[in-house]
Amino acid sequence: MINLNEVLETNKMIEKENLDVRTITLGISLLDCISDSLQKLNENIYAKITETAKNLISAGCQIEKEYAIPIVNKRISVTPIALIGASACKTPEDFVTIAKTLDRAAQKVGVNFIGGYSALPSKGMTKAEKDLILSLPEALSSTERICSSVNLASTKTGINMDAVALMGKVIKKIAEATKDRDSFGCSKLVVFCNAPDDNPFMAGAFHGVTEGDTVINVGVSGPGVIRSALEEIKDADFTTLCETIKKTAFKVTRLGQLVAIEASRLLNIPFGIVDLSLAPTPIVGDSIAEILECMGLEKAGAPGTTAALAILNDQVKKGGIMASSSVGGLSGAFIPVSEDHGMIDAAACGALTLEKLEAMTCVCSVGLDMVAVPGKTSASTVSGIIADEMAIGMVNQKTTAVRIIPVVGKDVGDTAEFGGLFGRCPIMRVNPFSCDAFIARGGRIPAPIHSFKN
Amino acid sequence: MKKSIITVVGKDQIGIIAKVCSYLSESRINILDISQTIVGGYFNMMMIVDLNESQKNFLQISDGLEALGKGIGCIIKIQMEDIFNEMQRL
Repeated sequence: MINLNEVLETNKMIEKENLDVRTITLGISLLDCISDSLQKLNENIYAKITETAKNLISAGCQIEKEYAIPIVNKRISVTPIALIGASACKTPEDFVTIAKTLDRAAQKVGVNFIGGYSALPSKGMTKAEKDLILSLPEALSSTERICSSVNLASTKTGINMDAVALMGKVIKKIAEATKDRDSFGCSKLVVFCNAPDDNPFMAGAFHGVTEGDTVINVGVSGPGVIRSALEEIKDADFTTLCETIKKTAFKVTRLGQLVAIEASRLLNIPFGIVDLSLAPTPIVGDSIAEILECMGLEKAGAPGTTAALAILNDQVKKGGIMASSSVGGLSGAFIPVSEDHGMIDAAACGALTLEKLEAMTCVCSVGLDMVAVPGKTSASTVSGIIADEMAIGMVNQKTTAVRIIPVVGKDVGDTAEFGGLFGRCPIMRVNPFSCDAFIARGGRIPAPIHSFKN
Repeated sequence: MKKSIITVVGKDQIGIIAKVCSYLSESRINILDISQTIVGGYFNMMMIVDLNESQKNFLQISDGLEALGKGIGCIIKIQMEDIFNEMQRL
């Protein structure tokens, strides 16, 4: 039988160490909404989302009460809209109407974000995919709740450099279109290599075509719990360090599994996966950088950071994998700069540079995430940064991503303020040398060889 | 039978258990197990309870206990037992 100490430990994690369920994300296939009439398509999408997700918020709130565990976000992901809109949308403006429909549907059911305003041009780009990408400045500046993602590369297809070049220009336009809010629009767009079909986390969530009609995916979060466990073993060796992270990750993930199964039962929607990612927030005590510091680094970004992050990422997976019947999504430690107060501090004091961050992305989940750079950064430099990150993902057979914000009117020394969970970010220095001619080549970088691994 | 766990945390004083138990009795909630300790002057109690006979639903009981806690200067929570079983047991 459960004893008092076990109960107190669990509740301490929730009350003092910010243990929470970061998101319950309801994936909805919109494939059956497709029509060649734009009006009909929009009506179908609105009806399907508002009907399928009508009980999402109430179910989430019921679970919060029953277990006294905060569920920070309830969200929706949908089939990539470039596929759904392909037959009805003839122009980027047509796609914007779908963005507005998604925004209205999200508002109606009470979710704060809906992901899947997405395209997957990792090898070639259809006209519809190009139109959707071109619609992003208008779509992201005229809606509140839309999140967008574009898969530009994969280990199997290589890197679509035409799409990489286009995204550099589009990201600059989104920054310009939302310049009155520190170019906030860019924080709702992520570009991927090897994007997973079942990611519950925004901004990159979409409901892949390999998925069923509807699915419940859950993302947990517990950087504070891991840090607190490590504080109790300050001088222990790496074996003890790894075991401690693993055991703690197991407990955190079991909570995610429980909530996912309960949400699936209440909504009568199949359970998909638990995402093992450790997701930070700007709150003190909810930070990945604090875990790295607790391991013995003065600041995130100091020599040893990549090794420390590799340990953390691997042990979280090892502990989590046994705790859930089905693991998926991005599953790893997130290292967004603006959403983690320890990362913010490290960037502000010069401990953490863009180049070090890039190295860190080789061993952890996602990539250059919520990074603010000077507004004067050229489109081709943004594309160059994206290409580097895509190459890391492609060659290492992992998901990588870039969510970069060239903040209009700001430069190194300034800070961009995004507010809420998006936090704030010191503008980071970008290497000033040009890659214009490299990006201007166009075409595709072929898929890498899968032998001779050196 | 789904069991629930009630925790009461607060500054130690006379009558905490009596008041919580009266509420449970009025609500026809059966107590299966109680354990209690004082840490640094703070009262920590855990009860394992069965709600099957209660005329109230989980949310009403949760709100009722929260209000009772405010009245006696304690934090009282009720949670379904599964969360502890899942996190603390293989």
